Amino acid sequence: MNALDLLARWTVPLLLAAIPLHGYLRGVDIYNAFIDGAREGLSLAIRVLPYIVSIFVAIGIFRASGALELTTHYLQPVLRPLGIPPEILPLMIIRPLSGNGALALTTELLHRWGPDSFVGRLASVITGSTDTTFYILSLYFGSVGVTRSRHALAAGLIADGVGFLAAALTVKWLFGGA
Amino acid sequence: MLNLVWLLLIVSGVAVAALRGQVDVVTDAAMTSASGAVETAIALAGVMVLWLGLSRIAERSGLIEALARAMRPLLRPLFPGVPPDHPAMGAMMMNIGANLLGLGSAATPFGLRAMKELDTLNPEKGTATDAMITFLVLNTGGLSLVPAMMIGLRAQAGSKNPAEIVGATLIVSLAATLAGLAADALLRSADRRRVLPRP
Repeated sequence: MNALDLLARWTVPLLLAAIPLHGYLRGVDIYNAFIDGAREGLSLAIRVLPYIVSIFVAIGIFRASGALELTTHYLQPVLRPLGIPPEILPLMIIRPLSGNGALALTTELLHRWGPDSFVGRLASVITGSTDTTFYILSLYFGSVGVTRSRHALAAGLIADGVGFLAAALTVKWLFGGA
Repeated sequence: MLNLVWLLLIVSGVAVAALRGQVDVVTDAAMTSASGAVETAIALAGVMVLWLGLSRIAERSGLIEALARAMRPLLRPLFPGVPPDHPAMGAMMMNIGANLLGLGSAATPFGLRAMKELDTLNPEKGTATDAMITFLVLNTGGLSLVPAMMIGLRAQAGSKNPAEIVGATLIVSLAATLAGLAADALLRSADRRRVLPRP
C-alpha cells in the first residue's frame, strides 16, 4: 500500500519535471514546444464548452426536479436482489452522467455512512473504478463533430452495469456484507 | 441515442417538476448548471493547456513514441484499423497510461487529441469509427491502478485504511473494461450487418 501511495503522490510532479528535462536533453526547444501545444489546448477547451454546458443543464434539471429521486424509487425492487443497497442507487444513476455529481454523492455517502461501512466502501469502489460514460462520449465525440455514435453508448453502459455488479460482489467478498 | 437521452432528461425533469407544482426549480437548476458547466470547462481549460503543452514536448523529444512502442503489443490487436505508427496510437497510449495512474484530468487532453487523430482516419465524418468506439469503451471502463482521488476522499472522511479499496477497484475496473470490450465486439458485428450490407 505504501508503494501505491508513493506512486499516487509522485506521478504528477515526476511527469512535470521529467518530460521537460528529457526534451531539453534531447535538444528540443522545450518552451516553444510547450506554448505550441498549450495553444491547441486552449482552442480545444473553447470548442468543447457547449458540450459540457448541454450535459450539465440536462442533469441539473433532472436532479433538481425530483425525477432522479423518482427513478431511484422505481428501480429499487429490481436491484435489491442483486445485493445493491438502495442508498447506492442515486450514485449508480449519476455515475455515468456526471463526474462531479458522482464525486459529490460519494462524499456525502462517505460522511453519512462512514468510509469503512459497506455503503462507504461500495461507493468508493464504484466511483474509483468506473467513469463518466455520457460525459466522455459527448466530450470526445463532440470534439471531432461525431454525432452518430453507433453502439458506443450501449457498450459503455454495459461496462458500467457490469462494474456496479462486480463492485457489489467484490466488496462483499473482500470486506463482508452490509 | 444521446439525442434521446438528452431529451428524456430535460423533458422528464420539467414534467416531474410541473407535476409537483414547483416548476420554478427547473429554471433555477438550468441557470445554475449552465454557469457551473462554464466554471468546470474553464478549470478544464487550464489543465488542457498545461498537459497539451507538456505532451507536445514529449512528442518532439520522442518520449511518446517510446511509450507507444512499449505498449504496442497490448493495444495493437484492439485497433486493427489504426496503422501502428499513426499519431493516434501515441495519444491513445498516453491517455490510457494517465488513466491507469488515476490522473483523470491529465488523461482527458490526451484522449481528445487521440480522437482528433482517429478522426483523420475516418472515411465518414460525423459517424464514429470502430477504433473510436473501442477507445471510448477503454475510457469509460475506468481501468485504474491508483484511484488517487478516492483514496484522498476516504482519508478526508476519516477512514482507518483509505487505500484498502485499491485491490477491489482494480478487480472491478478490469471486469468492467473487459465487459465493455466484449460488448463492443458483439454489438459491432450486429451493427455492421444492419448498417453496411455485405457487398
